[in-house]
Amino acid sequence: MQQPELLPHLFRTEYRKIIAVLCKRFGFDEMETAEDIASDTFMTAAQTWGLQGIPQNPVAWLYTVAKNKASNFLKRQATFHTKVVKETATPENASTVPEYEIDLSPQNINDSQLQMMFAICHPAIAPQAQIGLSLRILCGFGIEEIADAFLTNKETINKRLHRAKEKLRSENIPIALPDLADIDDRLGAVLATLYLLFSEGYYSISNNKTLRKELCFEAMRLCYMLVENKQTNKPPVNALLSLMCFHASRFEARMNKQGELILYEEQDTSLWDADLISKGGYFLNLSASGNQLSKYHLEAAIAYWNTQKDDTKEKWENILQLYNRLLQIEYSPMAALNRTFALSKANGKPEAIIEAEKLNLINNHFYFTLLGELYTGMDNLKARDHLEKALTLAKTQTDKQTIQKKIDRLS
Amino acid sequence: MVYRANFNFMPERSPEEMAANTKRWMDWIGSIAAQNKLTDRGNRLDVSGKVINKDSTITNGPYAEIKESIGGYSIIKADSYEAAIELAKGCPILTTGGNVEVREISPMQ
Repeated sequence: MQQPELLPHLFRTEYRKIIAVLCKRFGFDEMETAEDIASDTFMTAAQTWGLQGIPQNPVAWLYTVAKNKASNFLKRQATFHTKVVKETATPENASTVPEYEIDLSPQNINDSQLQMMFAICHPAIAPQAQIGLSLRILCGFGIEEIADAFLTNKETINKRLHRAKEKLRSENIPIALPDLADIDDRLGAVLATLYLLFSEGYYSISNNKTLRKELCFEAMRLCYMLVENKQTNKPPVNALLSLMCFHASRFEARMNKQGELILYEEQDTSLWDADLISKGGYFLNLSASGNQLSKYHLEAAIAYWNTQKDDTKEKWENILQLYNRLLQIEYSPMAALNRTFALSKANGKPEAIIEAEKLNLINNHFYFTLLGELYTGMDNLKARDHLEKALTLAKTQTDKQTIQKKIDRLS
Repeated sequence: MVYRANFNFMPERSPEEMAANTKRWMDWIGSIAAQNKLTDRGNRLDVSGKVINKDSTITNGPYAEIKESIGGYSIIKADSYEAAIELAKGCPILTTGGNVEVREISPMQ
């Protein structure tokens, strides 16, 4: 790799490691310093490598520079500290030898990243801020990229991150793995954020396909870190990873070159990623231990059935029962609508129409799209009414196009 | 909702019938959940059980003189008894001779 590609590549893989280790070491009080040192390291690399060429071991070079900058900071801080508090220092404190060494070993990088993940995904931090912080600190995204992903500007993201960092400090959130007794609860919050991060990429209305894909794969990478660690390798983590693999397997098939969404039934199934589907199956199997049935288990199982191309009775009966159970754990309008669609496939349209009308989600264009679809072939006039209602409620161009196509098919 | 039936005189059922019955229950409770009206699916209760009497004697339950016993319960959300009854009407127990009792929970202050 030549320098022009090498440095951005290393930034993407190494920045997040350096920053996690430094943050962990300095604490949230000096979080900005950690960010500055990590950024400075890459700035120094750009200058030096431009003049002297790429060093033999670029990663080790970066680590050495980051370590030196960090130790210098710690020494300065210690000097300041002893000068200012010299008068009040007790002899024991004064004799403590300060440790300026920064540990950038793979083990400490991994530990620091996991601990940061739990700190950032603390319930005290608002979900959107958790995602922003995760992208910045755990994924090494630039402010501009984060702004792009959220379809907003840099100032908004900067403000959001700033508030989130203040919150990390004011709530005194420790950079550590939670106690064993709390780990399931806290892991739940981490998984919720990773799932949001994934969905942000998967369902985002941003047209930047590369960026969207990266968000998904970052969420999967972080989830994989949890699977790799003994303490956090729990069934729901495997279930979530499985779910993400199944969804991601359709990434190429669900969007055309213009970035428009292609409906499931119209996808070119040869574009489904067989490798990701098999990985999904692998983690789904691993998730099937213990007696905990999380919503991720159910969603992963639904996603599994959706990778089965044939429209069999067995497939839809299974999907229906999985939605029945999912809704008992957690209600969501989308799950209710999908359940009703599965019901029409498993038990027939007449029953599904009765059930659909009970849902009464009158502000949701998907609700009227579903009703339109159920009535198609049963009562095309009603079908048209519902689809036209859906058209007036739909907000994005893609949704409007999809609905218009269904209306056109009626005549 | 409290489900009652005479559980001692349940007809013998084939595995297929059992599976079909389970599906009817799951579809029905799934329908309530899809309307965001399920609070707690609840549980089934053991068909037999024990009764502690006022003289501290223990007898086998349910009461011998009552044919019906409580087989399970679920907690739903409804604005009125009428709305709750509408939801309860689809309960599969009604097709096998049982009944559903709808009672409002009055929370402890």
